[in-house]
Amino acid sequence: MYRTFRTVGPGQNKRTGYMLPTRTGFVADAFADIGAALLKHHLATTFSWQDVAQRYRRSRVGAFWLTINMGVLIGALGFVFGTLFRTPMHEYLPYICVSLIFWGFISTSINEGCTAFIGAEGIILQVRMPLFTHVLRTLYRNAIILGHNILIYPLVLLSVGRMPTWDIFLALPGFVILTLNLLWIMLTLAVLCARYRDMTQVVQNMLQVILYLTPVMWMPKTLPEGISRLLLDLNPFYHLISVVRDPLLGDVPSATNWMACVGFAVVGWTAALLLFSRYRHRVPYWL
Amino acid sequence: MASITLAGVSVEFPVFNAASRSLKNRVLSVATGGAIDRRTDGHVIVRGLEDVSCAIKEGDRIGLVGHNGSGKTTLLRVLSGIYRPTSGSAAIDGDCVSLINISLGIDPEATGRENIRLRAAMMGMRPDELRKQFDEIAEFSGLGDFLDMPFRTYSSGMQLRLAFSTSTAIRPEILVMDEWLSTGDEDFKHKADKRLREIVSTTKILVLASHSRELLQKNCNRILWMDHGRVRMDGPANDVLPAYFG
Repeated sequence: MYRTFRTVGPGQNKRTGYMLPTRTGFVADAFADIGAALLKHHLATTFSWQDVAQRYRRSRVGAFWLTINMGVLIGALGFVFGTLFRTPMHEYLPYICVSLIFWGFISTSINEGCTAFIGAEGIILQVRMPLFTHVLRTLYRNAIILGHNILIYPLVLLSVGRMPTWDIFLALPGFVILTLNLLWIMLTLAVLCARYRDMTQVVQNMLQVILYLTPVMWMPKTLPEGISRLLLDLNPFYHLISVVRDPLLGDVPSATNWMACVGFAVVGWTAALLLFSRYRHRVPYWL
Repeated sequence: MASITLAGVSVEFPVFNAASRSLKNRVLSVATGGAIDRRTDGHVIVRGLEDVSCAIKEGDRIGLVGHNGSGKTTLLRVLSGIYRPTSGSAAIDGDCVSLINISLGIDPEATGRENIRLRAAMMGMRPDELRKQFDEIAEFSGLGDFLDMPFRTYSSGMQLRLAFSTSTAIRPEILVMDEWLSTGDEDFKHKADKRLREIVSTTKILVLASHSRELLQKNCNRILWMDHGRVRMDGPANDVLPAYFG
């Protein structure tokens, strides 16, 4: 028989640390962890700001180096691929700008999700803290970086003389469903990579391949005739990036995009919760 | 009522040697068609604790003694709710804070003030609590204007002052310590000792692992003697300490 317990942060007035008899694999346990992490999200916020600050300490421009680097990349790739694909710049430049910024967010979140638990070994083995906090911290960190990068978007629009349309607001719900999806992917990978250390490399490789399979550098409409739409429709990353990207470029994401994202989130979270409830307690042993 | 009840707690660590830790090997061994027995796939198990039972109630001041590798740290981690026992049950009622590594979470490049915030978050202090206590922590550290300087510019004594002042600002129900924290110069040591005694007396349950007989004699009323992951002796300080220290 297993018994476990929950403790809420020290110093809280209400009665804490009640017992919760359970077996391994009890989903309520996983919910409790995630709930506690959300309740104490100030932890994730504090640490993630700290992560970003730490990288750019003593640099004059600070975290805006991110913006500069991304800006240079967008300019260079925009010029090269815009010419190669023979797409007019006022169309291609905003496209690659939004694509690269959000692909950067998606791929680094997933990559760093792999090391969310491994990297927090010191904390996990010393302090009782919800494990999901470490996943949130990784996501927040990348969201902060995204916040710096997105500054390029209005500049690019201005430079090609395009105006955003009201559709831009559709990007917000799109961003929400995107992060919901990222969170379950990151949680799953954090658990798996703590156990199987090679997974991190596998994921890195897969992301490389996905980058080329997904319309990030190339536009869906440049697909040659006769190539099946299935290449797009079966790729969840196409839907994930579309629900955020299309509104920013003045389009409305298709219903298929949205349904795919919601479905992906539901199926993914179910699997992630089952995995997490089964192995949450093993994570400290694996570190 | 804060309480801790361990019943038949065992903790086993899987040791993943290179052969079993990687997915590659698992896939390859399937592909090459070798006989796979899940139980003999290279898992070595180290038993950290074996059948440990004890009931700790409010007011208990537990001293943990034992040789290196006897399971003290593992037991401290079970008591802090970090390791869930692989068999047996552990019921911990009350919020628990461990003062094991008081420098965890500190960023050398950040200023003293930022580090107080970071360290407090790591201890589980909520932002509103921290706001209330911040000035008191800053004052206790006695660092003055240095609080606005990067942590790395501090002398090691000053670094410990900051970590200590922040880490001891909370009053948990269950306090877990690995050795007594004694820090700084004579002046601060005196202040620190006083502060530590204050926490120890307000906390409902204290668990202190130590190799110092004097320290245990002074702070604990009950001693757990760990040996090879088992409880060798559990009783009043006056009985166990002479047996252990001989």
